[in-house]
Amino acid sequence: MMIEVRRLIKRFGPKLVLRNLEFNVAQGEFVALLGPNGAGKTTFLRILSSLSRASLGEVRIAGFSLPHQAAQVRQQLGVVSHLPLLYGELNAEENLRFYGKMYAVPALDRRINEVLKLVGLSQRRRDLVRTYSRGMQQRLTIGRAVLHNPSVLLMDEPHTGLDQDACEMLDGVLREVAAQGHTIVMTSHDLARAAGLASRFDVLTRGSIQASVQRTDLPEDGLLAFYRQALESATAARVERSAL
Amino acid sequence: MNTSAGASEKNQAAETGGAASYFSALWAVIWKDLAAEWRSRELLSAMLVFALLVILIFNFALELDALARNNVTSGVLWVTFAFAGTLGLNRSMAVEKDRGCLDGLLLAPVDRSVIFFGKAISNLVFMLVVAAIVLPVYSILYNVNLFRPGLMLVIFLGSTGYVAVGTLLSSMAVQARTRDILLPILLFPVAIPLLVAAVKASAGFLQALPIEDIRPWLNLLGVYDVIFIAVAFMVFDFVVEE
Repeated sequence: MMIEVRRLIKRFGPKLVLRNLEFNVAQGEFVALLGPNGAGKTTFLRILSSLSRASLGEVRIAGFSLPHQAAQVRQQLGVVSHLPLLYGELNAEENLRFYGKMYAVPALDRRINEVLKLVGLSQRRRDLVRTYSRGMQQRLTIGRAVLHNPSVLLMDEPHTGLDQDACEMLDGVLREVAAQGHTIVMTSHDLARAAGLASRFDVLTRGSIQASVQRTDLPEDGLLAFYRQALESATAARVERSAL
Repeated sequence: MNTSAGASEKNQAAETGGAASYFSALWAVIWKDLAAEWRSRELLSAMLVFALLVILIFNFALELDALARNNVTSGVLWVTFAFAGTLGLNRSMAVEKDRGCLDGLLLAPVDRSVIFFGKAISNLVFMLVVAAIVLPVYSILYNVNLFRPGLMLVIFLGSTGYVAVGTLLSSMAVQARTRDILLPILLFPVAIPLLVAAVKASAGFLQALPIEDIRPWLNLLGVYDVIFIAVAFMVFDFVVEE
């Protein structure tokens, strides 16, 4: 398994955000993590990315455990969050060169060229990032995330704030990245877009995985029906628990 | 691209890279801050304008004779450096936080002391640039000769200690919503010994006191620098963790 999560618990003060969460991802899988606002998706990704610590439980990525082997885990991870994590006063090439040095990427010039080509920004490589559109920044963000050739790519709602054209362009980049063998976990509110990209769909509600289905096992009425059913089951289980 | 095959190779490379990759990453952080500042001039211009305004206000507020001028010069200088430095320290970390770049730095598989030292060194450069511009202006306005090697040493030691503790505290304050007011509240009490020593040592050099009288203050500055650089090195990882 590329990602193994066992009985993960995260508390913020008295508030329990993740409850005994179990989650496994095989190498090369593209998992869409779906769920309503406040379900704990972003918190979960921040724990996987080593930016936040679990209160309890076990997290292993590419065989390395968190938080004890955080540096090794970080070497295996590419992260795309709500924010671009890019410096507006540097151009695309300089941003990639900076992150390349932070990750000690070998043959950096060649790798920067490959990544800029992958995300379609070769022509704009010398332009300051602050002059980029949101879509271009997001493409460069993905380029930054895959620059060091990570085993695992974690993406927190990468389509947020993009228009239709930019979303489609981003999907093209994501498909290409997935085809290169990266293991991907992506949170999303956009079911249609997730349906077009992922190979597995997990529904996270109230801090635990409520349902999981492979693309090949999706019911005939599609992802929306599966998602709604998962939410209804979660609500029914909660009502049942409170009645007891 | 075979991602799993490269995993162990990359870890081996990271482990064997050692000092070379540490210093390469350190230089990358410094270069990034200096290059971004060179293009935006956002931070330096704010620090400079503020510093020049402070010495102008002091110049007009205090009508000083030659003796009084000599007595207050070191105090006015360090008040100016401390206020302008706080402005720069705040902004330097806020820039990282606002675009999520702090997360980008924290996600890198480098020792987190790289981030601390990188930010501290670039903050030190900004503070020394401000000092390099403020000193001649001050000399002209107050008619005092400030170009003494001893004073330069004090400015370097004082600024080093100030940015060491300031960078550490600004990375703590930047997580809070009230970061703009939090940093001075946290920083000034901790920096009091440093500022007292810097003012006393500067005054000693300006009044041409014997080096024996100045040495205790220089020693205090050196010890403060060493202690706070060591403390920051040890605790930075915990300070920036969520």
